[in-house]
Amino acid sequence: MNGPFKKLSEEKVFKDPVHRYIHVRDELIWKLVGTREFQRLRRVRQLGTTYVTFHGAEHTRFNHSLGVYEIMRRMVETIEEKENWDPEERLVCLSAALLHDVGHGPFSHSFEKVFHTDHEHWTREIILGNTEVNRVLKEISDAFPQKVADVIGKTYDNKLVISLISSQIDADRMDYLQRDAFYTGVSYGHFDMERILRVMRPTEDQAVFKYSGMHAVEDYIMSRYQMYWQVYFHPVTRSAEVILSKILHRAKHLYEAGYEFKDEPRHFKSLFSGSITLEDYLKLDEAVIMYYFQMWQEEDDPILKDLCDRFMDRRLFKYVECDPSTQMKIWPELLQLFKEADIDPSYYLVIDSSSDLPYDFYRGGEDEERLPIHLLMPGGELRELSRKSDVVEAISGKKRTDHKLYFPKDFLEDESTHKEIKQRIKTLLMTQGG
Amino acid sequence: MLNEHAKLLTLIQQAGEIVGRKKLQKIVYIAKKLDLPFYEKYQFRMYGPYSEELSVRMEEMRDLGFISEVKEDKSSYHQFRYSLTEKGEEFLTISDFDFPNPKAILDDLNSKSSRFLELVSTMFYFEELTNEEIKEKVFTIKAKQNYTEEEVEEAFRYIDALRQSKVSESFAK
Repeated sequence: MNGPFKKLSEEKVFKDPVHRYIHVRDELIWKLVGTREFQRLRRVRQLGTTYVTFHGAEHTRFNHSLGVYEIMRRMVETIEEKENWDPEERLVCLSAALLHDVGHGPFSHSFEKVFHTDHEHWTREIILGNTEVNRVLKEISDAFPQKVADVIGKTYDNKLVISLISSQIDADRMDYLQRDAFYTGVSYGHFDMERILRVMRPTEDQAVFKYSGMHAVEDYIMSRYQMYWQVYFHPVTRSAEVILSKILHRAKHLYEAGYEFKDEPRHFKSLFSGSITLEDYLKLDEAVIMYYFQMWQEEDDPILKDLCDRFMDRRLFKYVECDPSTQMKIWPELLQLFKEADIDPSYYLVIDSSSDLPYDFYRGGEDEERLPIHLLMPGGELRELSRKSDVVEAISGKKRTDHKLYFPKDFLEDESTHKEIKQRIKTLLMTQGG
Repeated sequence: MLNEHAKLLTLIQQAGEIVGRKKLQKIVYIAKKLDLPFYEKYQFRMYGPYSEELSVRMEEMRDLGFISEVKEDKSSYHQFRYSLTEKGEEFLTISDFDFPNPKAILDDLNSKSSRFLELVSTMFYFEELTNEEIKEKVFTIKAKQNYTEEEVEEAFRYIDALRQSKVSESFAK
């Protein structure tokens, strides 16, 4: 094929442990994969600090992005069997799938919390700004980059296209659940994707699923549920995230206070001052961050040094379950005791809540802000999944809030100083933790 | 402790009562756009900007007994009524954070319908576009809501007024 929708002279494939092969026929996709902004994703792990808990979780945003592209390619094939699609719409879908996470930075979750940045903003900047990605997309048409950005931003006018990449059952989730299960080694994330794709039917607003395939969809919902509690919200991973966030807070605080770092943190300067440019952002990857964390282990500031030691050597904080509604009564005393023990509570006493890592559990009902999954019944009518599935109904909208209190147990157990105060702290924490 | 929760509690305290999850979502989004220090992450969803983080935080505060969430059945739908509980008041007394007091703005937002706030927040979401482009976006991606030209114009005027009051409001504690 000539013109902007050129095909490669022969198909390229990537070997993939989850989907076996990832097939590329479009020159556009091949070129996008080769851009520096996309290649950068090889240096950003998909699951951030999860590797401290599940040592296999070293896979990257690059792997995942290719996987989402492959699922989208298969979805589009299914839709094309049933509808006549504009060839540009097909490429919009594939490009959006491939690029949906291109704005992710290293340890995105903690970075975004500390510096109030947003990877979706950077995704948009990379697609629309002065980048290799933008130049490749523009080869299709001048309007093409905007279309891709709108799909990813969920503001595109074709709702079906948005739903394929972002809905309750989409290419993104179907890849990460399977991929994260594979790399962490857990047995929860598996479901029959082939079956789901076979029973998928396009409608105006979203893809729906034939009732005969309901059990495959149930399995997918269960796998989301299990992966959240067993992997994504694992308390040890959360401990590493807490320490990582505190390192960033401390480094920022020191920078603002005029502290002289032994090794100038030039990659962080614009982040600290809130004036980060796209070029600065693209230079950040996990290798750079880990370099600074290692350098900061040599710093004179005892808090920064200790937190970096903890992160690098996996000396994580311990935790107790916490109920803030009862804990508020002892909180002022706890803060005071930490200060008296020379342990700065701003860095060493942290409540981590389920809302710190929001995860959209499946919720049925039509009044929510995103369309629930619909089943296509034999008579042609649509029914919301949880109304037909007892399994899904049982886990929809159930209590899912949780708070944990993290602290450095080793500090408290070192009773060479402030012995009585530390004993009192431990008593309070243990009473709190039950 | 739990400063982001405390900010939301303060907002509900200042507003007195907020009826409707959609309304709450849009009020926080608009407040954020007016530079109030809310950091919940928003994405564009069916009814405009929506934050899953905010939803979970509200559920946490309900489970902790800091807010009351009353479900009210209407003829064709149900809605949720939010207010602060005594426990929530108590929690605020031990919170150690600085938060502005834009009560006038919050009261004003709270007096609007959720349909109108959906429109206003959607227009804020596209604030980098020109007014003409914003209009086009509203009529395309919000086609099902059937917003009229008059409503869009009123929303533009309202957004200007909000930005003005943001400038003039002291935002003092």
